[in-house]
Amino acid sequence: MQVPAYFAYERATSVGHALALLARSGPEARVLAGGHSLIPMMKLRLAQPETLIDINDLAELSYIRLASGELRIGALTRHADLLDCAAAGQHFAILHDAERVVADPVVRNRGTIGGSLCQADPSEDLSAAFAAVGAVMVIQGRYGTRTVAAREFHIGPYETVVEPDELLTEIRVAVRPGGGSAYEKVERRVGDWPVAAAGAAVWLHEDTITAAGIGLTAVGAEHFAAPEAEEFLRGAAATDENLARAGQIAAAHCSPTSDQRGPADYKRHLAGELTVRALRRAARRAHAEEA
Amino acid sequence: MQITVEVNGAEYPREVEPRLLLIHFLRDELGLTGSHWGCDTSNCGACVVWLDETPVKSCTVLAATADGHRVRTVEGLERDGELDPIQQGFAECHGLQCGFCTPGMMLTSRWLLDHHPDPSTAEIREALSGQICRCTGYENIVRSVRWAAEHAAAAEAVEAADDGAFTDQAAEEVTA
Repeated sequence: MQVPAYFAYERATSVGHALALLARSGPEARVLAGGHSLIPMMKLRLAQPETLIDINDLAELSYIRLASGELRIGALTRHADLLDCAAAGQHFAILHDAERVVADPVVRNRGTIGGSLCQADPSEDLSAAFAAVGAVMVIQGRYGTRTVAAREFHIGPYETVVEPDELLTEIRVAVRPGGGSAYEKVERRVGDWPVAAAGAAVWLHEDTITAAGIGLTAVGAEHFAAPEAEEFLRGAAATDENLARAGQIAAAHCSPTSDQRGPADYKRHLAGELTVRALRRAARRAHAEEA
Repeated sequence: MQITVEVNGAEYPREVEPRLLLIHFLRDELGLTGSHWGCDTSNCGACVVWLDETPVKSCTVLAATADGHRVRTVEGLERDGELDPIQQGFAECHGLQCGFCTPGMMLTSRWLLDHHPDPSTAEIREALSGQICRCTGYENIVRSVRWAAEHAAAAEAVEAADDGAFTDQAAEEVTA
C-alpha cells in the first residue's frame, strides 16, 4: 500500500488565511490543490512536506472571466472547467487543444491549472501553452501582489519563482484581435505525458505575421519557449515555407534528452514537426478569425 | 484529526490520520468495499467515486479534503431498492467480467448520463478513457452505458405517456 509519510494538515478558508498558514508553516509546507501530482510524489517519498495547506475550499480562486481585454483564470480552476469554458476556447483554441490531452477526464475533474503550473514538471502541457500565448502569472504574498511573465515563471525542472510564503492566484492572457492558436502533442498512449509537444499562437495582418508565440514541452526548451523561431516569424509572410523554417529553428534550439519515452533525436524531430503543425493550424484559425 | 464526511446521504464522523486516503477511509473505516483499490497511482480508475458532484480517483484524494463534503459510491447508486439504469445496463449487456473496474466505470457513466443523456459511443469511450478494464471488456461496457441511456429515455417516455393517460382520465371525469 502506498501511503504518504506523516504530515500536519491545515485547511485554508481564504487566500489571506492560506498566506498566513504558509508564513507560519515555513519552507517545508506545500500547498495542496488537486493533489494529482503532489500526492503521488508523497506516496513515493519524492516529496515529504511537513505541512499540507489544503486550498480546495477556496472558491474565490476558481473562475474564468473576460475582463479588461484579458482572459483571467483563477489558479484553482479545474482542468475540466477550462475545457468546458466556451469563451476560453473561442479566444485561445490552444487551451482547449492542450486540455483535451492533459491526463484523462477524471483526473481533469480534480487537477488544477495553478497546480500544474506550480508543479513545473518539464513535460507539462499547459506551461508550453501559456508560454505560447504570452500569459502573465499573478502571485500573491502577505505584503502584496506581483505579476510575472510566463517565461520568467519557471526557473528549472519542478522549480518556479513562487516563494514558499506566496501563492499563485491567477493566470492572465491578453486578448488581441487577429490571433489564432493551436497545440499538438505526441504521446505513447492516451493520457500520458508527451514524448514531445508544441503550442503556437500567431497574429496576422492579412498574410503577414505581426507576432508569434511558440511553446515547447518535454524537449528541454528553456522557459518552455522557442524565441529564435518566434523572432524569425515576426514580420514574415505566413507561407508554408516560412512556417517550416520556423519548425527547423525551434528543433535546432531545444535540448531533448533520451529517456523511456524516446531517443533525443526523435524528440528533436517531433519538436520541429509539431511546431510546424501547430503553426499551420494557428494560422488557419487566425484567418478564420479575420474572416 | 476529526472529520465528518457525508457518504451516500449519511454522515460519518471519524478520527483519522491526515495522510489517510479517501479510498481507504471508505473501505477500511466505513466498510464500504464496493469502491475498489487498484493501481494506487491515479491511472486505473477502479477507485472512482463522486466528491460532491464530480467523479474523482479516490486513491489520490485525502480523506481530510473530503471533510464537510459529500461522497457518492457504488453503494449509493440504487434508489429505493431499484438498481440504477447503469447497473441494469451492466447486468443486461454483460458489462462486467471480473468486476474489479465495474464500480468506477458505473460512477463515471452515471455522471456522463446526468450531463449527456444520449451520448455517442465515441463520447462514452472518451468519458471512460481514464479507466482500465483488465479483462478488456470495453465493447460491452460501452453497450451497457448505451443500454442505460436508451432505457432511461424509454422509461421517461412511458412516464410521460402515463401522465397523459391520467390527464385524459381526469378530463373524462370532469366531463362526466
